[in-house]
Amino acid sequence: MARDRLFDQAANVVQAGPITTNERAIRDIDLSGGRHRRTSERIIQTLLFLCGSLSIVTTIGIVIILVGEAGAFFVDVSPREFFFGTKWTALFRDPSWGVLPLVLGTLTVTVIAMFVALPIGLMCAIYLSEYARDSTRAILKPVLELLAGVPTIVYGYFALTFLTPNVLRAINPDTNIFNAMAAGIAVGIMILPMVASLSEDAMRAVPSSLREGAYALGATKMEVSGRIILPAALSGVVASFILAISRAVGETMIIVVAAGNRPQWGLNVLDEVQAMTSYVVQVFTGDVVRGSTRYQSLFAVGLTLFLMTLVLNIISQKIVSRFREVYQ
Amino acid sequence: MSVLSTPGGVVRGHLRSSPNVKRRKVRGEIVRILYIGATVSAVVALVVLLTSIWTRGASGLDWAFVINMASSRAERAGLQTALLGSLWIIAFTALFAIPVGIGAAIYLEEYAPRTWWTGILQTNISNLAGVPSVVYGLLGLGIFAEILALGRTIITGALTMALLILPIIIISSQEAIRAVPLSLRQGAFALGATPWQVARHHVLPAAMPGILTGTILALSRAVGETAPLLVAGATGYANFNPSGIFDGYTVLPIQIFNWTGRPQDEFREIAAAGIIVLMIVLLSMNSVAIFLRYRFSKRMRW
Repeated sequence: MARDRLFDQAANVVQAGPITTNERAIRDIDLSGGRHRRTSERIIQTLLFLCGSLSIVTTIGIVIILVGEAGAFFVDVSPREFFFGTKWTALFRDPSWGVLPLVLGTLTVTVIAMFVALPIGLMCAIYLSEYARDSTRAILKPVLELLAGVPTIVYGYFALTFLTPNVLRAINPDTNIFNAMAAGIAVGIMILPMVASLSEDAMRAVPSSLREGAYALGATKMEVSGRIILPAALSGVVASFILAISRAVGETMIIVVAAGNRPQWGLNVLDEVQAMTSYVVQVFTGDVVRGSTRYQSLFAVGLTLFLMTLVLNIISQKIVSRFREVYQ
Repeated sequence: MSVLSTPGGVVRGHLRSSPNVKRRKVRGEIVRILYIGATVSAVVALVVLLTSIWTRGASGLDWAFVINMASSRAERAGLQTALLGSLWIIAFTALFAIPVGIGAAIYLEEYAPRTWWTGILQTNISNLAGVPSVVYGLLGLGIFAEILALGRTIITGALTMALLILPIIIISSQEAIRAVPLSLRQGAFALGATPWQVARHHVLPAAMPGILTGTILALSRAVGETAPLLVAGATGYANFNPSGIFDGYTVLPIQIFNWTGRPQDEFREIAAAGIIVLMIVLLSMNSVAIFLRYRFSKRMRW
């Protein structure tokens, strides 16, 4: 190969000249340039290629498993009943398989979480990017990282043992011990750092010449951040919102612990609900036999969940790549 | 009132600021306080979370609690089995995920040609990072536990976890590798190094701190994950220690979940004590990551 010959020539030069690079690397250069070297390079390259391609295998595995078992489920239960039914009684002797109550449970918790996380996260991001001094940022960023690193089971415990009894019941004593509100607030706190840090990244990527121009025209800080920086970073901000929503949709432990396990077809945020994810966990904490309709229903619910988050993630990627403002 | 706003003009929207400087400044001040308030509320949330758990759990926290086995009586229950289970799972997750993750990152950054296939690989990895963890649990259950007949064992759990954190390791390693300046590679190539020699001797050492930080953070995510292992077959109540990769197991967060789910108050309290132990484990992992980042960021300059 031409490139190999070029390398060999360069290596001859090295022998004569002063050596300033990593000495071990130089020693390891195989000056023979023989076939042996090319073969080992090939092997390594193939191995690395396989590592890279494992992700494709994972995706195919997910799709095959979900579609395969869900397919078996849809032999027993009509897709019409599954996607449009409003009654989910999977654990009864005579079960109904309408997934909509589970979807509603997921959406209820997600919407509550959005009301918490999106405004606060965005304001956090604006503050960190435009207002905070470097020393303040140096303290706040690790705090946000810490908040992002708290395991979800801990948020669930917090919602169940603090938010519901100490906050929600203080406001409305009739609140169920398991309720969508506490779970939603906790999910909101969980995704808040994600919104804040991704939105902040987008805002800091806006070149400072834009800020300077606006300040030179006499704009106040609020006007610069609200009318110049935010619109310029909008694609990144929206993408962070959608990613956060997708995280909330897929969240499991908080909802299992704090929102309970009763599927509901109706809106009462202070009552027990069951989400798609919490149904999956509920079945596994009991007994489930492979091949039973109940076992297969897990994969049908999992497939629905997978498709919902996939669509959200793809939308967010498209927004970033299509609407990104490119600055010189 | 506003001189600058020309009706229907081009500057509509952007320059419609009122020249009334005093009012604009007052408004700006109010908004600034609002932003600070939002940020403070996030910090307050963290503080309230930590203190509420500390006040509930601190009393039950002693050495006996850490080394006791599981028990149906709250005052005698302990974390030994769960801690060992977490250790087994994390060790094997790291064993599977780290080499493959770094290998994939090297391939994508140093080798992959700019083709449609590489584009698909990259998109696929970011999509995998967004797949809900419970779906990984279903994957692990379906493939490792059932089809490969590994059962509800440590190896199933570790493989599931490895697939879950793989995209995170790949993405953070890629970022670290991308930050290594091109001149380093050009210099090595000019001296006759092969692509692997360039990657192995120049790019990897320079990117190592970033890779390590990302990897430790990914592993700490795996320590705290509950749902995928619950689905892929961890035991909720285990009173035996695992002694090999084909044994059943439980892990810290699942033990906590199990205790949280019981109606008695004493179990809620030892659940809080368990959370404190879990948080200590995670905090120490994260501080190692932060220390590494700090240490190497001072040494490397280009």
